[in-house]
Amino acid sequence: MKKWFDPMVSALSGVATHKLRSFLTILGIVIGVAAVITLMSIGRGAEAQIISRIQSLGANLITISPGGGFTFGGVRTAAGSAATLTFEDAQAIAAEVPYIDAVAPSSRSSQQLIAGRQNMNVQVIGATPEYEKVYNLETTSGIFFSQDEYRSAAKVAVIGSEVAATLFPDSNPVGQTIRMGNTILLTIGVLKSKGEMPGSVDSNIIIPLTAMQQVVAQSQTSRGEKVVASIALTVTDKDKATVVADKIESLLRSRHRLSATAENDFRISSTEELAATVSETMQTMTLLLGAIAAISLLVGGIGVMNIMLVSVLERTREIGIRMALGARERDIWTQFILEAASLTFTGGIIGIAVGWVASYIIGRTGTVPTLVSADIVILAVSVSVGIGLFFGFYPAWNASRLNPIEALRAE
Amino acid sequence: MITLQNIVKVYPMGKRELTVLRGVSLTIGQGEMVAIMGPSGSGKTTLLNLLGCLDKPTSGRYFLDGNEVSRLSRSELARVRSQKIGFIFQSFNLLPRISALANVELGMRYADLRDRNLALEALAKVGLAERANHRPTELSGGEQQRVAIARAVVKKPPLILADEPTGNLDSRTSAEIMTILTNLRKEQNMTLVMVTHELDIAHYCQRIIRLKDGEVIAEERL
Repeated sequence: MKKWFDPMVSALSGVATHKLRSFLTILGIVIGVAAVITLMSIGRGAEAQIISRIQSLGANLITISPGGGFTFGGVRTAAGSAATLTFEDAQAIAAEVPYIDAVAPSSRSSQQLIAGRQNMNVQVIGATPEYEKVYNLETTSGIFFSQDEYRSAAKVAVIGSEVAATLFPDSNPVGQTIRMGNTILLTIGVLKSKGEMPGSVDSNIIIPLTAMQQVVAQSQTSRGEKVVASIALTVTDKDKATVVADKIESLLRSRHRLSATAENDFRISSTEELAATVSETMQTMTLLLGAIAAISLLVGGIGVMNIMLVSVLERTREIGIRMALGARERDIWTQFILEAASLTFTGGIIGIAVGWVASYIIGRTGTVPTLVSADIVILAVSVSVGIGLFFGFYPAWNASRLNPIEALRAE
Repeated sequence: MITLQNIVKVYPMGKRELTVLRGVSLTIGQGEMVAIMGPSGSGKTTLLNLLGCLDKPTSGRYFLDGNEVSRLSRSELARVRSQKIGFIFQSFNLLPRISALANVELGMRYADLRDRNLALEALAKVGLAERANHRPTELSGGEQQRVAIARAVVKKPPLILADEPTGNLDSRTSAEIMTILTNLRKEQNMTLVMVTHELDIAHYCQRIIRLKDGEVIAEERL
């Protein structure tokens, strides 16, 4: 302990004798560390926000869409372009695959809607009542349609928030009617906004699939099954998602009579999978932000090196005196490296505080969410001390290599 | 205590070489007090640097306290300086930003001594016990040199080297300093070698070695 104490005191007194200079040097490190922490916290915050939005679509959601999977060397069929999934597939999945909570087949059609003097082109979704549960939908007013309304093919619509705002700018849409072609739909609910996300229903309306089949011409497969645009389902347990996906795959392959070598004519994706992909992308972005901020840390480090070189030059005589008193190269080296490290360590600590406050303020006032995590802090401090050691090494080595006679003669 | 055998020191000066010491041999006994005198350029400072293990001879052998030190590495020489040698300089060479006490403690640090009482004791011996917490800039020249003496003797080294210790002081202060040095040397039985060009200062010593052009030209016992 004592062995480290003396050089530490020498190092700190070196820092203390030039308060302004030390402060400015530290400032470079403070800015660097604060920038790293702030930018990386923004990256982490954005990542967490997007993941939570994906989870809000339904944490245990699995979506099946028509179209091929990946082909080697070929072109993948665009998702949704083929008509291979059917309502009967959905029924079979619900009946035969275990761990399933709810299954929601749906079809889509682009239609022009008219209400009063307003009109709008929207994607109309024909769905079963399970759709509400599977996609975690909530209504801000009114209700989702019931099993009875579904079975009786009632001409009712649940509309997205943007649709509501466009078609009914001044009034409550619930209880009012919308014209779609020759059909009059009764609005029974308005959906809560999900923001701009894949799978958002803000600019959609949802009507019973049975009603959709009556109103809009539906295609059928060669076996006479009713084609749907996609099948969404939720599993009872997130851990079972892979098992469920595998079972669905083999069930659909046998139902679609695909030979052992044929590609799937459908794609299965889960929110888990989507979240993982997005998370990976966001992590890359976070690292990129951190790397940009690290440049300022590097500049700060060069500032430390600069000051240390000046400090060694200024204190040449002191170094000579210490050497005459019996200081070894190692003693001199330790003194200066500790001085550099204590500068950057102090800068690192202050930088953490500043970065933390900055990301808190940004998180509270801005639209960007922030998240400071322990690993970022540990990274920033160890990098700042590392920079001190790295950029302090050369000046300290210079000092330790001085010739004592010449050093004593220096002014 | 000190045995020099045919010490030669050559400095490279660009393409030419400058021979500063041309075969110096001498012996200094334990507890002896010796003055080295000579005109400037005679090599007396170079000789003192070699004796102080701040430099190595080009050829020749140097035995200090029975051990040959002329072949040691930089860090081994530093070890010898920390254990066996105390320096006193003409310009005092105290660190200006720390107290007198801290300066004395600095003299102990590299000898791995960590006893503040020893430092206070050394300051008391040079009569500066009350000024322990003053910085060098708050002290007179004579007081500064007394701090430097305390720093040199605090680790009780067998050898004290002084380079013009009174060169920057008036004659009355010089006499004080020499009295302190002489008494401490006797008390701690240290060997003291000093470079000076003042004959009355040299007369505090038991022997004067005269150098000229890098050679010992005369020795006189007093």
